[in-house]
Amino acid sequence: MNKQLTIEQFVGSLKSGMTIGIAGWGPRRKPMALVRAILRSDLKDLTIVAYGGPEVGMLCAAGKMKKVIFGFVSMDAIPLEPYFRKAREAGGLDILELDEGMLQWGLKAAAFGLPFLPTHVGLGTDVMTHGGFKTVQSPYADGEVLLAMPALKLDAALLHVHRADKLGNIQALGPDTYYDEWFARAADKTFVSTEEVVERMDRSYPEDARANIVERCFVHGVIAAPLGAHPTSMPPAYGWDMKHLKSYADSAREDGGWDRYLAETIGTDEAGYLDRVGGKDAVAALPLPIF
Amino acid sequence: MTTAPDFTLCEQLIVAASEAWRGNGELVATGIGPAPRLAAGLAKLTHTPELMMTDGEAWLVEDPVPLGPRGYDDRKAAGYLPFSRFFDAAVWSGKRHAMVTPSQIDRFGQTNISYLGGTYDQPKVQMLGARGFPGNSICHINSMFVPAHSKRVFVEDEVDMVSSVGYNPARRTPGVNFSRVDLRLIVTDLCVMDFGGKDNAVRVVMLHPGVTFEQVQEATGFALEAAAEIRTTPAPTAEQLAIIARLDPHGLRAGVIKDNPAGKRN
Repeated sequence: MNKQLTIEQFVGSLKSGMTIGIAGWGPRRKPMALVRAILRSDLKDLTIVAYGGPEVGMLCAAGKMKKVIFGFVSMDAIPLEPYFRKAREAGGLDILELDEGMLQWGLKAAAFGLPFLPTHVGLGTDVMTHGGFKTVQSPYADGEVLLAMPALKLDAALLHVHRADKLGNIQALGPDTYYDEWFARAADKTFVSTEEVVERMDRSYPEDARANIVERCFVHGVIAAPLGAHPTSMPPAYGWDMKHLKSYADSAREDGGWDRYLAETIGTDEAGYLDRVGGKDAVAALPLPIF
Repeated sequence: MTTAPDFTLCEQLIVAASEAWRGNGELVATGIGPAPRLAAGLAKLTHTPELMMTDGEAWLVEDPVPLGPRGYDDRKAAGYLPFSRFFDAAVWSGKRHAMVTPSQIDRFGQTNISYLGGTYDQPKVQMLGARGFPGNSICHINSMFVPAHSKRVFVEDEVDMVSSVGYNPARRTPGVNFSRVDLRLIVTDLCVMDFGGKDNAVRVVMLHPGVTFEQVQEATGFALEAAAEIRTTPAPTAEQLAIIARLDPHGLRAGVIKDNPAGKRN
């Protein structure tokens, strides 16, 4: 059993029209090397499910999106994602806007093979009205009316972690792994990019087994991508590149800004990407963000 | 307690806002934005030490974390509350009181941070999206901080997209349990309001020195009620100012209110 894939094999296993969950949270722990591979591909008409950061804006700008299912789209210190904003304000982008908690609840429903999970959340708001959600009534004495959050079933999920072995054992270090494990369990296929690939996790990092956020039966592809979260943060390894995100955000206000970013920064290959953004050493040294 | 000689309006508001958490007990006090965050820290360090709070990342801290640049490891973790546990442990369990700054607020206390103008399919201005507001508002206590009180924020009609639940009877779907909806204070640069009016109407309870009720009404898109006895917002004490200064060593609070005006004494 060897789940290791090249980045080309990874992108070759996706199809246009798929529903793809992208793990991480805003500008934190995003599988950006995998996203860049999609940006360089012919894939289109994607439905993206995410706690969105720059990946959502980039996929919008590149015309890859059919629909975005999101709890928010933000880059923290740059609160509004400029290309997502542009796409929304131009109209024509299909969306489903969720509460943050509803999103993970929908992933959990999918993971458990349930059609929906009940919740209070969304009731009384326009998330309910615009999302077309239905309610269910508790069959017990309380008779409460609850929102039925439908399963968010994913064709594929993309994660970025610190370590993986060829069997698909992964370790995500750092203080918070958000809802990454639920993206993985909600998906038919989960592709995990990683800072480091080892032969066997038990032979390399057995002491960190508690960082195994999701079991290997939910991991289908492992892709080596050192510094592959750039420009988002990957604690404790490296922080986000706010200077880069700022210039990316500024490009949205320039004529041909996206085309330039795509050509000069995303480029045609992942191998050269780190050189184009200041080099491996500079990215590895990015300080962790302070909140 | 001694009253400090000089203070800014923002500092006066931080002190007023900290009152939102008084006596809340063991729950997570979240202040989003510099002033609400300083207010939560002040509450914990003065009248309500049992409050819990995070460092803004994943750790629960007993010493509120100062704003702005600092050493990454300066904060000492006492507990763990990452986003991956946040809905289970703080939001859906009702163990939280958040103070936020919505873009729009209506007479029912419904707020909007999603988009302004246009439609769901094509908004005029896309903002953040609803984030956690639907869940926050139906599960736990919430308060609001508004640095520029105006009709743009306190809108005449309903907010453009209802991101959080308020007290609008038209949106009270029959059979739904809205019993945890609990809106407390709205602290603005003109006044302090609560939801203690008729049928939870917004009510002015405190005016900042030199501000009149009429002035507040004029800056609000809907009719306000007045508390039977409207108090004057107190001046911060020297002790409170010292704590605020310690929690904001880089002076980020100076940017909260336009031109950072001085506070006033009664």
